[in-house]
Amino acid sequence: MNPPISSKFPRLELVGITKAYPSVIANQDVNLIVRPGEIHAVLGENGAGKSTLMKIIYGVTKPDSGSVLWDNREVLIESPAQARKIGIGMVFQHFSLFETLTVAENISLALDSAVSPAKLAQRIKEVSHEYGLPIDPHRLIHSMSVGERQRVEIVRCLLNAPRLLIMDEPTSVLTPQAVLKLFETLRRLASEGCSILYISHKLDEIRTLCDKATILRGGRVTGTAIPSQESHESLAQLMIGRNLPECQMAAKIPAETRLKIQHLNLSTIDPFGVTLKNINLEVRAGEMVGIAGISGNGQKELLAALSGEQPMSKGLTTEICGTPADTLSSSQRRSLGLRFIPEERLGRGAVPSMSLRLNALLTSSEGDGLVKHGLISYPDVRSFAQYVIAQFNVKCGGDGALANSLSGGNLQKFIVGREILLAPKVMIVAQPTWGVDVGAAQLIRQALIDLRNQDVAVLVVSEELEELFMICDRIAVIADGRLSPAVPASQTSVEKIGLWMSGEFNDVHAEEVSHA
Amino acid sequence: MSIEQMILIFASIVAAATPLAFAAFGELVTERAGVLNLGVEGMMLMGAVAGFAVASQSGSLTLGFGAGLLAGLAMSLIFAVLTLHLQTNQVATGLALTLFGAGLSAFIGKSYVGLSLQGLQPISIPYLTDIPLIGRLIFHFDWVVYGSFVLLFGLIWFFKYSRWGLVVRAVGESPVSAHAIGYPVIRIRYLAILFGGAMSGIAGAYLSLAITPMWVEGMTSGRGWIALALVVFATWKPIRVMVGAYLFGGVTILQFYGQGMGVHIPSEILSMLPYLVTIVVLVLISRNPKTILLNQPMSLGQSFYPRT
Repeated sequence: MNPPISSKFPRLELVGITKAYPSVIANQDVNLIVRPGEIHAVLGENGAGKSTLMKIIYGVTKPDSGSVLWDNREVLIESPAQARKIGIGMVFQHFSLFETLTVAENISLALDSAVSPAKLAQRIKEVSHEYGLPIDPHRLIHSMSVGERQRVEIVRCLLNAPRLLIMDEPTSVLTPQAVLKLFETLRRLASEGCSILYISHKLDEIRTLCDKATILRGGRVTGTAIPSQESHESLAQLMIGRNLPECQMAAKIPAETRLKIQHLNLSTIDPFGVTLKNINLEVRAGEMVGIAGISGNGQKELLAALSGEQPMSKGLTTEICGTPADTLSSSQRRSLGLRFIPEERLGRGAVPSMSLRLNALLTSSEGDGLVKHGLISYPDVRSFAQYVIAQFNVKCGGDGALANSLSGGNLQKFIVGREILLAPKVMIVAQPTWGVDVGAAQLIRQALIDLRNQDVAVLVVSEELEELFMICDRIAVIADGRLSPAVPASQTSVEKIGLWMSGEFNDVHAEEVSHA
Repeated sequence: MSIEQMILIFASIVAAATPLAFAAFGELVTERAGVLNLGVEGMMLMGAVAGFAVASQSGSLTLGFGAGLLAGLAMSLIFAVLTLHLQTNQVATGLALTLFGAGLSAFIGKSYVGLSLQGLQPISIPYLTDIPLIGRLIFHFDWVVYGSFVLLFGLIWFFKYSRWGLVVRAVGESPVSAHAIGYPVIRIRYLAILFGGAMSGIAGAYLSLAITPMWVEGMTSGRGWIALALVVFATWKPIRVMVGAYLFGGVTILQFYGQGMGVHIPSEILSMLPYLVTIVVLVLISRNPKTILLNQPMSLGQSFYPRT
């Protein structure tokens, strides 16, 4: 029997794609071949040009030069609607769902022909069950977890019967169990002949899932590989161009309790928010505690309560360095030695339109010597900013550069450096390495470990399990506003934490048990 | 108070509510697409003066309403070009549009001050209008009043059941996502802004052609602002906009009669009553922050430019 004609040719071929933005060349002379039924990884660090390339394939962005071949015929994809018509579907990294609409409404928006609501709901149920992605078509998106939202995005693509499915960083928001489930779905799709373009920087996932990989660095293709035949190190080498540095962390016995929360309950009026239920947590000097969990499970609310941004009533739930802190504002908490690095760098961690110099001044308090007799001491501020820049290898145009002129990774290095050099007693960090390239991420992690070694109490909130296991003494999980007991990292596993992430834990006071 | 008098009062209430409903419905569609046009007052004034000028020149009220509609449309087109193409700030542009409309309408209307014409008359519906009492009460209005109800049910249907209503809501909630899945955000916002302008134009023309058939400078006297407030306090729901419009109309007319009957409250206090009552009542019925967050177009007032 002859194979179908289409399998002789690649399903998609990119030839010499180039796309330049005013400040950066996102793609330069990129070639890519995807065959029918192939799961093809596009691997690269943040800013390597992966997302731009996918947008070009999906018709959101037009390339400056180069051509796209679909089933061996040159096509000009001018809009997402046209991309869907020829059989390309895309699941976006930052979901393109509308929160106040229902699942069915969201899906109908992406269908090119009008289908009656009843029929559509029926089809959504059918397709979602067939692929093991059950969703209720009448639910509102804002009431759904991130994992469920991703299902909606995938089902939305499947209803268009795609022949090429683009997945942009699909696992960054999933529990390890949900990742396995997703892989099953993708393998099944591939076996039915659908090609899959899988964008990621997670090397282990690519090694288990993908048939082939194209590696991008700085907008250029630096190589192709068969992931299953490569090691973690060799793929990393291809991706970042050098070997990964490793974090050094020695065992340490923690001292007195620096940060303590007891029975914290906090309700929210935000319909998209999460209510915190009976949160108990303790972080000691010289200890790094991690909070894992999928975003949107109460991290934002917990961090706002800890930093002092969310006003709380007196109830003896929070203690910082032994001082009751419930009613203290964020600046009062800072003078107790609390430092906070928020997830949003621009706007919350730094003022975008101010220089690094002035941003360095923002979080300092009385005793830091940057303000004397109520006046800003500019020579001290400048030398402090320059010291941060030098210590943390921040790539920028000097201490006068505006915060929004820095790349995300460099700005994060600056903010982390600023807070660390302000001599914290308690450090709270949210998503320390989110959107930061691998090399800089290691530098930031090492800086946090050094801080812990200097007897600072460190609390890290992160979605990256690997990272938490790398740097934390104890790990807790936040799920739907509840916090699990913090267990020693050495006594737990990714699988167990993953189970907890879906809310399957008893929040008994197991904490005391684990200390014993 | 005789029955005749009560029918008269009721008719005045309906007449006072109708232009508010039109202007607010227009703004509701604009805002649902994520655009905040603060120029309603200016667009209404232009609609009023254009309507009156054309009607008194041509002698046709229909042409007058047509001109009012076109004047509102033209004003909103200026707004659309500025905010959608030149990326100007929506709030500042809307305020400028109101000032511009006030000035230009006063200039155009100079030679029409003091003139008057035969205003829009109620239409009699065979049989229905002849029903005793009820016929005169609810089947004896001009076509614009009936039009406002057609518009009300049309909008409810549009946003609840039609695909394009869904698209407009999607654009208002997240233009970035709507663009990513392939909707022409700019074109949809254009249409929404133009619809808002046309409805404001009709609302203005109704003032100068039906309620008080003459032109007076600044004759909208803040109704454009009330329409804007109605949309927000009605949490972007057409039915609540209508309730608010009738509440405002009702209190406006009742305080008039109160003044006429010599109620011992300073007339200035009575005159501000409709504004106060409308806002207080609407705030009370929609104070639930959850309702507001779920219905508010999330991108309201934000510029969007597609990056290609």
